[in-house]
Amino acid sequence: MITAENAAHFPRVSKSPEPPDVRLQGVTKRFEDVLAVDELTLEIPRGSFFALLGPSGCGKTTTLRMIGGFEDPSEGRILLGDHDVTGLPSYKRDVNTVFQSYALFPHLDVFENVAFGLKRRKVAKAEIAKRAREMLAIVGLEGMDRRKPRQLSGGQQQRVALARALVNHPRVLLLDEPLGALDLKLRKQMQLELKRIQHEVGITFVHVTHDQEEAMTMADSIAVMSRGRIEQLGGPTELYERPRTAFVAGFLGVSNLLGGTVTTSGAVRVDGTGEIRVDAPLPPAGTRVQVGVRPEKLRLDDSAANSVSGTVVERAYIGVATQYVVDTPAGRLTVFVQSSGTAAEGDAVRVSWDPESTFVLEEAS
Amino acid sequence: MTLGPGARWLLRVATALTLTFVYVPLVIIALYAFNESRIQAWPIEGLTLEWFGRALDNPGARDALWLSLRAALGATALALVLGTLASLAVARYRFFGRETISFLVILPIALPGIVTGMALNATFNTTGISLGLLTIVVGHATFCIVVVYNNAVARLRRTSQHLEEASADLGADAWQTFRHITFPQLRSALLAGALLAFALSFDEVIVTTFTAGPDQTLPIWILSNLSRPNQLPVVNVVAVVLILLSTIPVYVATRLSRDTGAVSPTAGAAQAAGAR
Repeated sequence: MITAENAAHFPRVSKSPEPPDVRLQGVTKRFEDVLAVDELTLEIPRGSFFALLGPSGCGKTTTLRMIGGFEDPSEGRILLGDHDVTGLPSYKRDVNTVFQSYALFPHLDVFENVAFGLKRRKVAKAEIAKRAREMLAIVGLEGMDRRKPRQLSGGQQQRVALARALVNHPRVLLLDEPLGALDLKLRKQMQLELKRIQHEVGITFVHVTHDQEEAMTMADSIAVMSRGRIEQLGGPTELYERPRTAFVAGFLGVSNLLGGTVTTSGAVRVDGTGEIRVDAPLPPAGTRVQVGVRPEKLRLDDSAANSVSGTVVERAYIGVATQYVVDTPAGRLTVFVQSSGTAAEGDAVRVSWDPESTFVLEEAS
Repeated sequence: MTLGPGARWLLRVATALTLTFVYVPLVIIALYAFNESRIQAWPIEGLTLEWFGRALDNPGARDALWLSLRAALGATALALVLGTLASLAVARYRFFGRETISFLVILPIALPGIVTGMALNATFNTTGISLGLLTIVVGHATFCIVVVYNNAVARLRRTSQHLEEASADLGADAWQTFRHITFPQLRSALLAGALLAFALSFDEVIVTTFTAGPDQTLPIWILSNLSRPNQLPVVNVVAVVLILLSTIPVYVATRLSRDTGAVSPTAGAAQAAGAR
């Protein structure tokens, strides 16, 4: 357990004058017998759009609630900037939250909802009015000041919740599945809008979501969580193209995984077929691994360095592409082809891909 | 479910009979209050307002009314404070023994009043507290707390806890959150609870007989004057006043508890859409 006494032994990762906005150091949260968050250590740099991504029950919301001050960690420390806030109530923390249910105050109108935080901090009346109006303009709700929350649509309520939090210029904005209650079209629109607003205000956003597409669209860095731990942390491209675990590969999009063994020549011998070349660091020879390729990186020809032969078992037109399922000695592969393609069910084909498109997962023993 | 014509008529007759049985006696008492004759007999000989004047001049009735009002106000105030605090603890915090506390708070309304009265009387006597307004208030508060508590707990369970979290998140401490967020959500529920508590206290007899000592509340004054034939018309008048004073709060309270308190985002959007 990390306490104030031994905290000094923790290495300072950041040497820059500005410390990371959020630091979690060995944070653990237990609810009775359930381990929700398991020794999480994490730094969220200033001004970034950070996503905590994972299936329900992975501990992402609990992590967010601990940063917000709604839950106390069982162990570990939470720092905002250089300020240790572990154990501080939420009203003493320089963070604001957009709740999944929005939690707008039903008896107050839009303006009063947005002004609530500034009033608590005893900001002058004229200043409150100015800042609240500015923020309502940024979220596109001019002239809605006197409406009550129940007179607004879901998307408008969402914007009020955002304005109510951002108007306080917090160090960090926490977003708990903020788009979950919106329909698909509005959700897409709000994703881009949130990104725009984050650029405009320059505040660090920490965004919790179970929607991988949403995280990829908006975030600069994503922490993929599973069972209370971070599986992998990185930018959207890195996570998609170089997943390190089968969980990440499966959670972010579709992937083809083939079992194999690392050879002495720095390639991978795939079970049931030949060697393939990999453009990524490999574990020592003899190690069991899984190699993965995304379906859209596969080609139905012999043009790339790695190839296997197989038989088409299924062909389906899915709009943006045609999806083929190909049975090969190495396993069943899913292939997305941009053009409609000429192969039919039952045809013998070659499937090939580039070494750069191949990622390697160490097989869990 | 649809009912056959026979069953429907049967239910209508049964309902009419029940309501008649409950309300006709009240109407008769009200009529007697305007009766010219001192003797209660049908048909009424003529109507008069004389007894209302007599009742107003009756110092016993006046004192009793004043005492009852003070006791009911005191008990209601006490119940509001304690009932609200208890409801916040039970509905918003998880702690060891929460269910037990909830049960113990509600229990007094189910306990026979005579037992509560006896127990309080014994306690006051052994501790040397003299019986009077204070002891009446305490006695009534035992069951008044329950109605305030029940109303407040029901409302808190319908109101999202996220509202309070959002308030704290925006920098409001516990008191500011109660004042600006929780209390506005609770207001109508507390008013409904308070009116019911007032009505309950105002006509309470059993616990009061054990805790009032020599003082007489209005119901007790009625009880002790019922057996005096020449006081009877005045008693009828007082009874009418008592009926009115307890009916009005209960009526207002039922109107208040009908309104919906919390608004969820989806329900709010649906409501807004429906309104257009």
